[in-house]
Amino acid sequence: MGTANNSAPRGDHPPNAAKSLPRWMGHESSFSFSAHHRVIARQYFLLSLAAVLIGIVLSLLMRLHIVWPELRIPFFGQIKPEQYLAYMTMHGTLMVFFVLSVAPQNAFGNLVLPEQIGARAMAFPRLNMFSFWTTLLAFMVMVSALFVAGGGSMSGWTQYPPLSAITSAGSGQGRGTDLWIVSIAIFCVASLMSAVNFITTVLRGRVEGMSLMRMPLTVWSWFVTAMLTLLSFSVLLAAALLLFSDRHWGTSFYLPAGLVVNGAAVAGHSGGSPLLWQHLFWFFGHPEVYIAILPGMGVTSHMLSTFSRKPVYGYRGMVYSLLAIGVLGFMVWGHHMFVAGISPYAVLAFSTLTMVIAVPSSVKVINWLGTLRGGRIRFSVPLLFSVGFVSLFITGGLSGPILAQPAVDMYLHDTYFVVAHFHMIMGMAAVFAIFAATYFWFPLLFPDRMMNETLGRAHFWLTFIGAYATFMPMHFLGLAGNPRQYSQIAGSAKYLQKLLPVHMFITISAFVLAAAQFIFIYNLMHSAARGKFSGANPWEATTLEWEIDHGQKLTVHHDPYVFGPREDSRRDYTMQSEPPYTYKS
Amino acid sequence: MARALSALLIAIIAATAYFFSRTWLPALATSSGGAIDRQLTLNFILLGVVFCATQIALGLFVWKYRERADPQVVTNTAQPDARVELTWLTIAAALFLGLNIAGAAMQSRVPQVSAEEKPVTVEVTGVQFRWYFRQPGPDGRFGQTKPKLVDASEGNPLGIDRSDPASADDVVSAELVVPAGKPIEVRLHAQDVVHSFFVPALRIKQDAVPGQDTLVHLPSAEPGTYDIACAQLCGMGHYQMNAKLKVVPEAEYRAWLEQQSAAQVARR
Repeated sequence: MGTANNSAPRGDHPPNAAKSLPRWMGHESSFSFSAHHRVIARQYFLLSLAAVLIGIVLSLLMRLHIVWPELRIPFFGQIKPEQYLAYMTMHGTLMVFFVLSVAPQNAFGNLVLPEQIGARAMAFPRLNMFSFWTTLLAFMVMVSALFVAGGGSMSGWTQYPPLSAITSAGSGQGRGTDLWIVSIAIFCVASLMSAVNFITTVLRGRVEGMSLMRMPLTVWSWFVTAMLTLLSFSVLLAAALLLFSDRHWGTSFYLPAGLVVNGAAVAGHSGGSPLLWQHLFWFFGHPEVYIAILPGMGVTSHMLSTFSRKPVYGYRGMVYSLLAIGVLGFMVWGHHMFVAGISPYAVLAFSTLTMVIAVPSSVKVINWLGTLRGGRIRFSVPLLFSVGFVSLFITGGLSGPILAQPAVDMYLHDTYFVVAHFHMIMGMAAVFAIFAATYFWFPLLFPDRMMNETLGRAHFWLTFIGAYATFMPMHFLGLAGNPRQYSQIAGSAKYLQKLLPVHMFITISAFVLAAAQFIFIYNLMHSAARGKFSGANPWEATTLEWEIDHGQKLTVHHDPYVFGPREDSRRDYTMQSEPPYTYKS
Repeated sequence: MARALSALLIAIIAATAYFFSRTWLPALATSSGGAIDRQLTLNFILLGVVFCATQIALGLFVWKYRERADPQVVTNTAQPDARVELTWLTIAAALFLGLNIAGAAMQSRVPQVSAEEKPVTVEVTGVQFRWYFRQPGPDGRFGQTKPKLVDASEGNPLGIDRSDPASADDVVSAELVVPAGKPIEVRLHAQDVVHSFFVPALRIKQDAVPGQDTLVHLPSAEPGTYDIACAQLCGMGHYQMNAKLKVVPEAEYRAWLEQQSAAQVARR
């Protein structure tokens, strides 16, 4: 509950509120082949939790190696540069695909979306089950790459050929890269199946009265994200298959003639272009960053309204800006290639379109501020994380327009400035939304339980400070011209040597940030088993997932965020399915 | 009073942004790179003000409108009207597209190589994990290269075809030596994987992509020694793929080139 005085019942409950939620998961464990969307949500959640823990450990090993390349780490020994790059590739891949594409969309989308539209189930429950187990398979194939001969792939999560296409280009470029490509292809198939399911559920599964413009903003964001997933992952799937074909079947999609790798001429290829991969990859890759962040925007709008006890400021503007960001997201991929050697006219077009995308993003920030303004804000943990999301979204968002200017990007491209930018917005902001969602929907994730508030607050503050302390100084490294993906500073160019103290500060901050997550893990495990009981609608929210399932079909009579005093009760909210009631505006 | 305070606050923020953007940048080796630095500073000042304004508003709103013990009502449930929304849209569009236009205009003013001034041409080749620099020598022509002739241990890392008369005086070096005050035309290549030719002091970065020639114009620079780094992940030794750019007075450059190319001819 928000504050101490919130734990007392705040007025009467809606007329149709029963005493407890149904025990929907009594006979379905997290490890069964279940087609129930909540079980699948929990499975996706646990999968992304496993992925994020591995990702965090890898990032800490990287941070240690950057500043102390000679250090012997217990269980790992001394890390070699090629291992650093394998860890970096694995960190990026796990975080982007198995955390940021899985947790916000597949875990919380499955948990909440069908119920928020009153559907009770996804459109294709078995396909949903199949999507999850396919994703799990992709995860296992991906992680296994760390243990094969030569180690994991070291060409980064962007896998630029020829480095990723030629086995002799490095130690992880053999079986490690094969496994990377296979895993990503499987992941693409799983994501496509899941996207089809989400789109169909939203279009066909809404109950009577739930018009598109009455959908909660969370549903809108999952819906737009599913469309982005459908259109972009299909391109990545094709691109990955072509890369595999170049590696094994002698094709030349990405390989030109005349390559000399490791002193030996590479025979049998001609006519391909490494830039083709970059175009295809970023045609997927840019929408992908919106796949990671759009659900976070929806969650944040939802939380800010619920805990300010007032409607979302500019609901329509929020919907239109989501759609605008989704459409524009497909037209800006070239800004990842300003220095790759593409036409200056293309550069100008991509730069302008990128600036245009900053406009709907600004609308979001202004409307979030407008939602908070004049409210009665309850300082719950989900609210804290949502405010943190807005703060990080601003910080990470404002470095975007700087990088969108080709002349400035020519200097900052592929430096730590970019690392700071995307970790702030796509990493930290998205993760803050995942945290907000976890604390908020915990009673649905682990039936009827609430997470501990005090631990939640400690977790928030340490994570918030840790995030800024870790990623803010990276902007300065970027300004100083420190390129990314350097496994150490000591052995690199002379002008970087004076930056070592900044790197040390970042490494220490990263450990603080990681340590704070133990509080979360403990809280999660403890509360799942022994958390306080939630009751029917613990946050006094308005949307249908908090409605009790009586077996009858619900009918929606109200907009999603109707907050404000009622004349007939002491409540300050009206649930979407309540009988028609004229409320004061 | 409030206005004066906000003006003061904005001035402080702008000064801080200016300070931060300037202190971290490496020293410039060219006068024309100053335009990029100024554009960066303009960004930092404008976006710094937006950053502070929004973060302060966020903190203020959360604090000011927190739920208190005494009964209190939601004070503002108004929805934005079209005029308010349009105003915000216009401000945001003006800010971001304005920066875009300023950046593009600045870039078009960066001095390009003029037609009458013949630039010094250098071929830069990225190979895991070093840079090679080739200059055409007194004949002004590069000799042919062939992938199958590449043999670093034989002293021919670029695969120069020595049977081509134009290659006789070609000079290959591990440092990029160029004359001061002259524009340089770089023909950028990569032999194996994608590399990126990064000269921080010139604010220049361009990918070296296998199978394609990319032309880069380096602005004329002041004498000195500057770092060259690789900025695109190219494998295990990516972090140590660096070289030096030596900008020397023109007479010294001529002497160096003659001596190097004479040595090259003698070696045949």
